[in-house]
Parts: sequence; structure tokens; C-alpha cells
Amino acid sequence: MKYIDEFRDGRLAAGLARAIAREAAPGRDYAFMEFCGGHTHAIARYAVTDLLPPTVRMIHGPGCPVCVLPIGRIDMAIRLALARPDVIVCTYGDCLRVPASGGLSLLKARARGADVRMVYSPADALALAVREPAREVVFFAIGFETTTPPTALVLHAAAAQRLDNFSVLCNHVLTPAAIAAILESPEVRELGTVALDGFVGPAHVSTVIGSRPYERFAAAHRKPVVIAGFEPLDVIQAIRMLIRQVNDGRAEVENEFTRAVTRDGNRKAQALVADTFESRPSFEWRGLGAVADSALRLRPAFARWDAERKFALDDRPVPDHKACACGAILRGVRTPTDCKLFATACTPETPMGACMVSSEGACAAHYTYGRFRAAAQRTD
Amino acid sequence: MCLALPARIVELLDGELCRVELGGVRKEISLALVDGAALGDYVIVHVGYALTRLDPAEAERTLALFAEAGLDPAAARDHPDAQRGSST
Ligand code: SF4
Repeated sequence: MKYIDEFRDGRLAAGLARAIAREAAPGRDYAFMEFCGGHTHAIARYAVTDLLPPTVRMIHGPGCPVCVLPIGRIDMAIRLALARPDVIVCTYGDCLRVPASGGLSLLKARARGADVRMVYSPADALALAVREPAREVVFFAIGFETTTPPTALVLHAAAAQRLDNFSVLCNHVLTPAAIAAILESPEVRELGTVALDGFVGPAHVSTVIGSRPYERFAAAHRKPVVIAGFEPLDVIQAIRMLIRQVNDGRAEVENEFTRAVTRDGNRKAQALVADTFESRPSFEWRGLGAVADSALRLRPAFARWDAERKFALDDRPVPDHKACACGAILRGVRTPTDCKLFATACTPETPMGACMVSSEGACAAHYTYGRFRAAAQRTD
Repeated sequence: MCLALPARIVELLDGELCRVELGGVRKEISLALVDGAALGDYVIVHVGYALTRLDPAEAERTLALFAEAGLDPAAARDHPDAQRGSST
């Protein structure tokens, strides 16, 4: 497929790998965090780490929206759907299997009689509300800056059509705030647990917000950021660009994904989001805890379509499963195989933690693609 | 969840909609977030919405950079096959 296959070419990958081998300085280690689940997936699926010298280590960051969604927010949707038979909760497929409290998930709540439906697009949820005027349709909205503008569009459409049986339970979160939390969290500062030399920056998030928001990290934390596409060659080239920055002592924002990302991003989408949402003073992230100004809620002008206000939902934070190491994995402090439950009690069919649910989660990616290679290497 | 793929616009429809093609599959998506997209353009599609246009000239430039990395004369010299027997 055009603009996909060319960026998976094995011969070009070998050339890039040679370039990395020649540019990585002997006697020094490099640790880079790929922020997005899309990169984690590409690295696992195309065995990108096999092409890197052993001195270059990739750390999986918290950039999978399903993985960072805390239990309390899913509980909220489940409570609503179970308590109100007139409510239909709609959400993206990935969210349905995330483990919540009491052994439940949205999917299991459905088996207990809740009306929970999967949608591919927020427009589908809106269309359902039009078709079912006697029901309350609640769109459980999650995601980073890529899914937020579509949610904003359906909110505007609901307002324009005065569609009062539609509302949004908003869990949209902000990428730059999460990167800041990783760099500034006391755990990381005090324990020095994750020594990071730079970030592979988000691909599709950056098509919307542009590369400009990362400039302050690069400057304030002296961490290079290279925005990269989600194909394997994009990731490899970004790693090469990061190595070069580290070698040169530079900490800049560079853009590997110039075919889709500009410095300013999609201004139309940004204006729409600003018009629809405002910052939440604090939001709980799985693995990162409460992060200030890291999430969005509906502006008062959209209060009628805000499920939290409409159904007076309260947010009750719930600690993660004790044995699940998702929190440490999302911070880059531990790897999936460090978790006792990995590939035993916790598999993609029976996920115990969110990192095993989405194919972009570190645990699911390692379970699907990395496990057998790791086993083969051990027996070598 | 955040994966989105480049798809080609094969038909412009009413109401800021269009039809895109991706690997032989056709799908109706919204162009409401992208101004000025034309027939034949590639757009990056996510949850039924185009997020941005893909710039073919930049895609070519990126591929040329990849190719250059492999062709670098130093690459041949530093290639593990060429290093056999050397002191490094
Ligand atoms: S293997 Fe399962 S339980 Fe362990 S950290 Fe990963 S998702 Fe959590």
C-alpha cells in the first residue's frame, strides 16, 4: 500500500541499522523512550530492537490511551450503564475489555444487562442517538489529541441539532502533560529510576498539535525529541536522529514525520478543541497518578451534553490490581516480563491490567511479538 | 487505538464527507477537520476522520534520506562483513 509499504522496506532498514551502528558512540549507552503505543507496537512487531546495537535501549512509555485510563473512570461508565436501563454506553472497541473494579469490564457489564456498544467513530454514537430518541446515548470518549477533535465535532453537531439524548463522558488526555509528568515526577527525580536520553515523539498526535509543544521540554529538560511516523523505518530513523543529537550534545525538537507533521499542526482542529473543551485541574492516569492540567472536560457551553454533569457522576479513584506492574511499566521502570502475572494469569484473552488489552500496550505487544524471540535468545 | 493510516481520496461527497481507498477497501470518512483536500490526495484517517493531508514530496524526501543512510560510503567500510579480520 502506498505510503505504508515503502516505510517497511527491509533493505532500507538494513542500511539505517548500519548507519546507527556506525554513529552510536562506542562506550556509551543510549536510552530512549517511545511515547506512543503505535511505536511500541511497531518496535515489537518488526523486531526493531534486533536491528539496534545492544547499547541502544528502548523504553516503552505511557502513550497508549487505553493503558493509561484509570479503573475509576471505567467504573463510572459501568455504574451508569447498570443503574440506568435507558442508557446506552458507546465506546471504541479497545475500551470494552479493560479490567475495572469487581472483576468487571464494560463487556462483562453487558453480560449483566448493561447496554454497551462498540463504535468505530464518534459519528456512529451520534447517529445512534438520532435513531434512538427514547434512549440516552453516552459516548465514552478516550484518547489523546487525535481522537479529541472528532469528539468536538460530534458535540457541535449535537448542539446544532439540539440532540438532548446524547452526551459525552470525556476522558481525553494531553500528551505534553504526560511527558512532563515522566520527566518531573518525584519518583523519577528522587530514585533516578529512568535515565532517559530522549524521546521518540508522537506521530498522529503531532499531526494535530504540531511539533511546537515539545520545544519547551527540549529546552527546559535538555531532552531531544524526534517526532516519528509509526512505520518501522520511521522509528529506526528517529532513533538515529536521537543518537546524533546526543552525540552532538544537542537537545532539540526534530521532525522525522515531515510527510504529515508541521510545526503548527492542524490549526482548524486545535481551534475546534479549544472552543469545546477546557483543561481539568487534575486527572488521574494509570501508572502516573494525578497529573495537573493533563486532561480535558467539556466547556460550560456544552454542559447539556456533558455526561458527568447530566448524570451527576462522581469520580472514585481505585488503586490498580496489586500484582499488576502496569504502573511501573508505563513509567519505563520495569518491563512486561518483570510482572509475575505476565503470560500466566494475564494474557490478551484474560487481561489483568490495561497494558495487556490494547495491541499498543507494552505487555500485549511483548506477548504477541516479543516472547518467542526472547525465549529463542535465551536458549541460544 | 491511535493507529491511523494514509488513505487516498477517491470520491468527494456532500456534507464534508469523502470516500477513501485503502488496500482495496473503500470507506466513507469525514473531511471536516481538513480544509482544501482534493480528489487523489492522501489523508491520514483516524476514527472516521481525516486528521491531515500527507505531503507526497516530503514522503519522497524521507525515503531518499533512508536510502542515503544505506549508501553512505562509510557504511560499506563499517559493515560487519567488511570488518572481518580487522582489529576492531
Ligand atoms: S502482564 Fe498484565 S498484570 Fe502484569 S503489568 Fe502487564 S498488564 Fe499488568
